[in-house]
Amino acid sequence: MSIFIDEKTPVLVQGITGRIGSFHTQEMIDYGTNIVAGVTPGKGGTTYLGKPIFNTVKEAVLATGAEASIVFVPPAYAADGIMEAAESNIRFCVSITDGIPTHDMIRVKRYINSAPKEKRMVLTGPNCAGTISPGKSLLGIMPGHIYKQGSVGLIGRSGTLGYEAASQMKELGIGISTSVGIGGDPINGSSFLEILKYFENDDETEAVMIIGEIGGPQEAEVAEYFQKHMNKPMAAYIAGLTAPPGRLMGHAGAIVNSSGESAAEKVVILKDAGIMVAPTPSDMGSTVASLLKGR
Amino acid sequence: MNIHEYQAKKLLAKYGVPIPKGGVAHSATEAIYQASELGGNKWIVKAQLHSGSRGKAGGVKLCNSHQEIADFCDNFLGNKLVTHQTGPEGKMVSSIYVEEASDIAKELYFSIVLDRATQKVTLIASTEGGMDIEQVAEETPEKISKIMIDPAVGMQPFQARQLAYTLDLPNEVVGAASRAVMKCYRAFRDTDANLLEINPLILTTDNKVMAIDAKMTFDENALYRRPEILEFRDKTQEDPRETNAAEHDLSYVGLDGNIGCLINGAGLAMATMDMIHHAGGEPANFLDIGGGASAERVATSIELVLSDNSVEAILINIFAGINRCDWVAQGIVDLLNKRDIEVPLVVRLSGTNVEKGQKILKDSGKKVITADTLSDAAYKVVAAWKQEKKDKN
Repeated sequence: MSIFIDEKTPVLVQGITGRIGSFHTQEMIDYGTNIVAGVTPGKGGTTYLGKPIFNTVKEAVLATGAEASIVFVPPAYAADGIMEAAESNIRFCVSITDGIPTHDMIRVKRYINSAPKEKRMVLTGPNCAGTISPGKSLLGIMPGHIYKQGSVGLIGRSGTLGYEAASQMKELGIGISTSVGIGGDPINGSSFLEILKYFENDDETEAVMIIGEIGGPQEAEVAEYFQKHMNKPMAAYIAGLTAPPGRLMGHAGAIVNSSGESAAEKVVILKDAGIMVAPTPSDMGSTVASLLKGR
Repeated sequence: MNIHEYQAKKLLAKYGVPIPKGGVAHSATEAIYQASELGGNKWIVKAQLHSGSRGKAGGVKLCNSHQEIADFCDNFLGNKLVTHQTGPEGKMVSSIYVEEASDIAKELYFSIVLDRATQKVTLIASTEGGMDIEQVAEETPEKISKIMIDPAVGMQPFQARQLAYTLDLPNEVVGAASRAVMKCYRAFRDTDANLLEINPLILTTDNKVMAIDAKMTFDENALYRRPEILEFRDKTQEDPRETNAAEHDLSYVGLDGNIGCLINGAGLAMATMDMIHHAGGEPANFLDIGGGASAERVATSIELVLSDNSVEAILINIFAGINRCDWVAQGIVDLLNKRDIEVPLVVRLSGTNVEKGQKILKDSGKKVITADTLSDAAYKVVAAWKQEKKDKN
């Protein structure tokens, strides 16, 4: 299978009966995602969009064998929902919710990491567009039709900038093995590096592109790993060259507070490590094309 | 969200952190009253605005008489102060904080941050108080101590002691310093703070530890559960365009260029700004209208961008995912039917129903420049902006 999900992966939806949750659940079903259950406390025993609804994640997992979960729970309750998934043996969790307090996310991370490594849930997001393995399964809110199936792994913070990259690649005939959104928050469930390691070990992926932005140390971690441990070629684009320091640019994590966090500095760090960096956002596709040609 | 120094001190005092006596004033008369209440014959007066580097800009002064306090107030109150951090336009000084002057034996640095690398609350202390901590970290990293907090159990007293013992304090003061550190942590934890910085934290000549400056910022996403923090919000310190945008649930940052832009998604918005720069223009703003870009939101956003007088051209870049380009296009056309837009308007639509959207724009007969790709859009808007400037001159 691709990293994390494929057409067989049984998926449950937390917050399925909400306005946003139900809209995207239908989209995912239409794409071919194997949705097996929904969870909304108080609505257990009913059926929604043709799927059985449970009161708790644990019940849903026991009854349906769900392995992955997507969380549409509102921000004030989302951290709780993610921890519930982790406790109920969900293997892979996507949190779409934007606006979860940072202090909550610190606790969520601590809770997830208290499980032994082999049983630990992989969380992506929050505040992301989700994960898609084109042609197989979509666990997110992205438009499935702009992704072509193929062999490039894509990791990004932003939803629509990821769409831009995927459609540029499709235009050039380049397909994607899996695209993972890690989200725009300061504390991510998974970092660029954590996801990158999965791609390095994935037979279906031959090259990886990361789409970063201002703020945080994660691109530097990628540069170091790439240089020391990685065999697959990599491309990158960093958004925010014109973003002023000290200002929050939309994403809660997109702010330059200290040295090494600006786009210009990140570009230098990545280039020095030997990663091919797209000079502008309209060169994301062509940069991957020349990366693949150079193999 | 940022708050003023006097508000941060009020909050910290509630948790028992030692701070000098002081009071806030909104007029010279009130400031003199505060000084008389404090007694003594020397006071520190400080301009209150959401910015650091106030001292270097003259916004902090030791006064030896009521007249000096009155003069300080006349100079600063109701005027804008420009510091290294405010940008050239400066920020309004809306109040003055009058504080008893302390006799300083030693200046220390203390802060609590959410460290993104370790994803933990981290306490930072240094013997080099009053300095720019980034510079200290670069030049003399051995003078900085860090303690990371396990979120499951919170900060423990031994950690406060560990930190306090790195500060070269007299033995009899270490206890008071650790208690102050512990109380700061509690204030940070209980208020969903992002940052608490005390620079300097001082040791007085009579061996007391005290917070002389205090800066706190808070997680916007947690304000719903912190009504007491929300009350500290001072809208006079925020860009009115940004406040207006926030009320419409839009994310806006005013910038110095002339090309107004509106984009769905923060990452794509930053990338589009970069592309405009690359094409030879400068963005007038960052504006993320959100993942869902309905016709109404597009219309509201255009109005918002146009409220900035320096905008001389507009670029709309929408990558429709769950949305439909035809809806967005209809929103633009509806707005143009209602009002004229004097500046060139470039629209790039991509994603779901893009052909339908482009057709709506074309059939409307309105003066809209359409573009197919991100790069095409950026070059077109910069060209249109330059042409417009030429025509005017």
